[in-house]
Amino acid sequence: MSLKLKIENLHVRVGETPILKGVNLEIAQGEIHALMGPNGSGKSTLAYALMGHPKYEITEGTISIDGTNINDLDPCERARLGMFLAFQYPVTIPGVKVADFLRLAVSNVRHPERKEGESLISMREFRTELRETMKQLNMDAEFARRYLNDGFSGGEKKRMEILQLAMLKPKFALLDETDSGLDSDAVRVVSEGLAKLSGPEMGVLIITHHERLLEYNKPDFTHVMLAGKIVETGDASLAHELHAHGYAEVRKRHPEEAAQEEEQQQEATV
Amino acid sequence: MSTDTAENSDVGVGDYQFGFHDSTENYAFTSRKGLDREIVSQISEMKGEPDWMREFRLRSLEIFLEKPMPRWGGDMSELDFQDIYYYVKASDHQEKSWDDVPEDIRKTYDRLGIPEAEKKYLAGVKAQYESEVVYGSLNEDLAKQGVIFTDTDSGLREHPELFRKYFATIIPPEDNKFSALNSAVWSGGSFIYIPPGVHIDFPLQAYFRINTQNMGQFERTLIIVDEGASLHYVEGCTAPTYSSDSLHSAVVEIIVNKGGRCRYTTIQNWSNNVYNLVTKRAAVYQDGLMEWVDGNLGSKLTMKYPAIYLMEPGARGETLSIAFASKGQHQDAGAKMVHCAPNTLSRIISKSISKDGGRSTYRGLVKVEKGAENCKSNVVCDALILDPESKSDTFPYIEIEESQVAIEHEASVSKIAEEQLLYLMSRGLTEAEASAMIVTGFVEPLVKELPMEYAVEMNRLIELQMEGSVG
Ligand SMILES: Nc1ncnc2c1ncn2[C@@H]1O[C@H](COP(=O)(O)OP(=O)(O)OP(=O)(O)O)[C@@H](O)[C@H]1O
Ligand SMILES: [Mg+2]
Repeated sequence: MSLKLKIENLHVRVGETPILKGVNLEIAQGEIHALMGPNGSGKSTLAYALMGHPKYEITEGTISIDGTNINDLDPCERARLGMFLAFQYPVTIPGVKVADFLRLAVSNVRHPERKEGESLISMREFRTELRETMKQLNMDAEFARRYLNDGFSGGEKKRMEILQLAMLKPKFALLDETDSGLDSDAVRVVSEGLAKLSGPEMGVLIITHHERLLEYNKPDFTHVMLAGKIVETGDASLAHELHAHGYAEVRKRHPEEAAQEEEQQQEATV
Repeated sequence: MSTDTAENSDVGVGDYQFGFHDSTENYAFTSRKGLDREIVSQISEMKGEPDWMREFRLRSLEIFLEKPMPRWGGDMSELDFQDIYYYVKASDHQEKSWDDVPEDIRKTYDRLGIPEAEKKYLAGVKAQYESEVVYGSLNEDLAKQGVIFTDTDSGLREHPELFRKYFATIIPPEDNKFSALNSAVWSGGSFIYIPPGVHIDFPLQAYFRINTQNMGQFERTLIIVDEGASLHYVEGCTAPTYSSDSLHSAVVEIIVNKGGRCRYTTIQNWSNNVYNLVTKRAAVYQDGLMEWVDGNLGSKLTMKYPAIYLMEPGARGETLSIAFASKGQHQDAGAKMVHCAPNTLSRIISKSISKDGGRSTYRGLVKVEKGAENCKSNVVCDALILDPESKSDTFPYIEIEESQVAIEHEASVSKIAEEQLLYLMSRGLTEAEASAMIVTGFVEPLVKELPMEYAVEMNRLIELQMEGSVG
């Protein structure tokens, strides 16, 4: 049976500023959703709120998995329930080797009941799996021994996110502009990689400004965010249209949100 | 009878796992508390020392009494020199087999894992318990090659000429108040001589254990690495957790002759009631190399700045130090590099972590004397502060009397970024696992320079310090 990630009337603020103003969205395992929208419309905010970033405060509404409210769970608990976010800006963790970090992460996510200090998954099996996965993603095995994102190029960081996705096999994967900053070969590798990974077990939300990723991973639904709300939902052709013609038409169709967007931008520049 | 309290309840003080103690009932000798000429003479007499040493001790006592307490560094206002036992002898003999060591003491070392480590990867061990060394071993091949590894009292008895040639030449009693104190009441420590060209592949280790409440431990270590020889020496230290304070004040003198190499690794993990006030200094001659690897995880207050005097051209010195200051702890540590000759090289890498209100201070000196041209020195000190209650300061001193030198200094203070925690937690790590991982990563560049066994030990100790730190 496929699980559902359900977002109902979600309001989120950062500090005193309300960013999301009533987002509704339902993602079932096996579905691919694209989320588009102009810069600053709140896409990353939605992704962070779903993952449980403490700075992004839910003031109203619920996030639930299969009917269970997860609003109050911390990011670690959410990860263990099968949530994953490929970050738009992955951070660097100096001195922590990719392999060491991933072994602990995989141990926790595959054994959600694991307590601190309990044994990790077998080193040998983990290594083999990591090596195989890296090969599939065209990554040099050397990366496993490097410090997490330390000195990685922009594209390498994005690939590292996909590697983590592949190893953690989430039920719901949120990809925040994973295709930006990649050269065209890398976009293809990442896109193919994701296509291989996604399937009936994984619900995917792709946040993107480009089309390539969506070519390989054809969305079942495309959503448009404007001023903290999802204002339109369509199929793959909507993504195509937005990419070809920009957001002018969307703004015209939603004058109220367009006005809010403008207001927000003016405040930001004051 | 054993009053080993680990099985009882009072060991849960903080996260310190070595806080248990043994009975002191069957001790061979305990001096009365306090410090005066009589106590000092008594120590010398019991040890059957030559006159010159007794006089040296008494002169050092005068110096100690004259010198004021340092007005910098940590808070020593609660340290009462008259409330301390200066000489405590648990056992009458030093043994060559663990089986002959009194049972209580042997058990303690078992729990500290020393005999096991000895079997696996050490070339020799000295175990000092209170004031005296209770167990000693040295690999036979090394002994045949002329290597000396003994306690310092035996060094004085058995190798009087070598001993007198070097003793107190690197750190005279006048150096500072605590070197004077140690010179007056020293007991135990290691005396090591590595003959020219002899290389020691496995470390020699000394383990220092305080057991008595209000104990003062004053070991005195003298190491001579002769021309072209090499040594890795390791020391570990622990003590029971008591509500009243103990004092550990060691003096370590090292001579590295032409082309010799010495690496001295310390993993200091005293309990939270120990004042750890130590003077360590090495003199390095032509093309020699001295490395201090200094891990300070425990104690109430540590003041320790291992020094290296680069005496002749080509001499190199390196200090790697990690300090971990937790609740109620102040780690005031650093390094001192003195370039006395041209073409000498030094490097200091210091990493400190402060948590739960702990305080860490980096205090370092790089000095280039007149005429010491073409010296290079590189200093990097990074501090990581885990919570708003904790503190970190940096006092880097640089004194340069020569223009042709290259001195670099970098310092950074960081906090664990919320974004880093979020990133790791979003991959299923708990908050505690995430901060522990960030801390382990922070010290990794240093830990990876350690031999495998010590790197593992250091990481384990850091993890222990991190346990229960969050939430
Ligand atoms: N941590 C934060 N602190 C302050 N403001 C924030 C923070 N996070 C988001 N915002 C604000 O919220 C709004 C939405 O930002 P968000 O990053 O969600 O946009 P986005 O749709 O992902 O944009 P982009 O396409 O440029 O990535 C912006 O105005 C942004 O400045
Ligand atoms: Mg964004």
